[in-house]
Amino acid sequence: MAVAYNQDRYSRHLLLKGFGGDAQSKLTSARVLMIGAGGLGCPALQYLAAAGVGEIGIVDDDVVSLSNLQRQVLYRTQDIGKKKASVAAAQLQELNPDIRLTPYLLRLDTSNAIELFSRYDIIVDGTDNFATRYLINDACVILEKPLVFAAVFQYEGQLAVFNVPDAAGIKTNYRDLFESPPSAADAPDCNEAGVLGVLPGTMGVMQATEVIKLITGLGKPLINKLLIYQALEAESYTVSLQPSEQAAALAPQTAEAFQRMDYEWFCNATINKVAELDPEIFETLTELADVKVVDVREFGEYPRARFKHTQIPLSLLLQEIPAFEEARIVVFCQSGKRSLQAAELIKEMIKPHQEVYSLKGGILAL
Amino acid sequence: MPFGQIAEITGADAFQLEAADTDQVQQALYERFPALEKRAYAIAVNKVIVKDNTMLSNGSVVALLPPFSGG
Repeated sequence: MAVAYNQDRYSRHLLLKGFGGDAQSKLTSARVLMIGAGGLGCPALQYLAAAGVGEIGIVDDDVVSLSNLQRQVLYRTQDIGKKKASVAAAQLQELNPDIRLTPYLLRLDTSNAIELFSRYDIIVDGTDNFATRYLINDACVILEKPLVFAAVFQYEGQLAVFNVPDAAGIKTNYRDLFESPPSAADAPDCNEAGVLGVLPGTMGVMQATEVIKLITGLGKPLINKLLIYQALEAESYTVSLQPSEQAAALAPQTAEAFQRMDYEWFCNATINKVAELDPEIFETLTELADVKVVDVREFGEYPRARFKHTQIPLSLLLQEIPAFEEARIVVFCQSGKRSLQAAELIKEMIKPHQEVYSLKGGILAL
Repeated sequence: MPFGQIAEITGADAFQLEAADTDQVQQALYERFPALEKRAYAIAVNKVIVKDNTMLSNGSVVALLPPFSGG
């Protein structure tokens, strides 16, 4: 592969045993999308740009604030109020004029993610909220796009490489770790909980390291694993991940289903409210074990459901909620209205490990 | 072994419990730390994430891993 690059700029890579010209060519041809130019994004971007990754996209719609400067090392005091993605792209272009940098001053959503991700080889998640993290994860699963994930909390960080198959063809993603999002109160972000400034630096640099390993084929990327780094102990703890059928059933299966998802709502809803299910997700979920499907229409209503279910009309539920043993309770009715009411009733009665879902649009939407 | 927000509830240090499986571990923890019951976390037994109730043997290490959102 003959790709032009500056021999002098990358001489320490070219000298490096096991690295050399081939690996440098791969970096030069690679396209990486960094989502979030904050605590994780700044250090990750610096090393990716310095290493000569040929095309780097930066997604961020936020502006630099004074409290960012404690950890977001691409920005200077004079940048306060400016768009992060623009400042980052300009700084990195000065660091390495040989690469192509594209700032995207937009908020990632279900309408733009699929198209944007398609233009890149590897996606790097440096965002700061669950809604965007699940959105990125699900889009990457649909596109089968490698995702380098990191997240921080106070003095600890998590790192993983998702959607990259191991030697046996097995791959995992964020939902295999946490199938549905916790409430915001459950996992406060840096704005609420504080963070040791250098910690996202460490984790962002580790993300850049995994990206470089994936591009060059060097070493063993953190596939099907989650690494937890504890800065105060100077220790790391690595656990293995396995694909989970249940987790996969909860994710949108197609780009169309993905575009219909409301992640903001989904992430705030699952703890306190009932999650409404897309018809496609409903169909996959009803086939799983440990799921109770309940028809809350009155007896004799049509069309009859052709899948396995139990009928408990809403009028009976209003009198008494039975105890459900299954981990997931999925209710449906004709149009999705009564089932939402029923699901909310059940929600108040269930145990903490149980989840309740309502079929959006009812049986007529199937 | 507790991590992140879980360690804020249980204390940061690892501790020993008598339990036959992960369900029993959770029950024992909820009795000791009621605030834990409403928290989200993944469970790893001997460094493998498990989704269903998992049998434990003498010396099994159970880690509680909460999701982090910060970036």
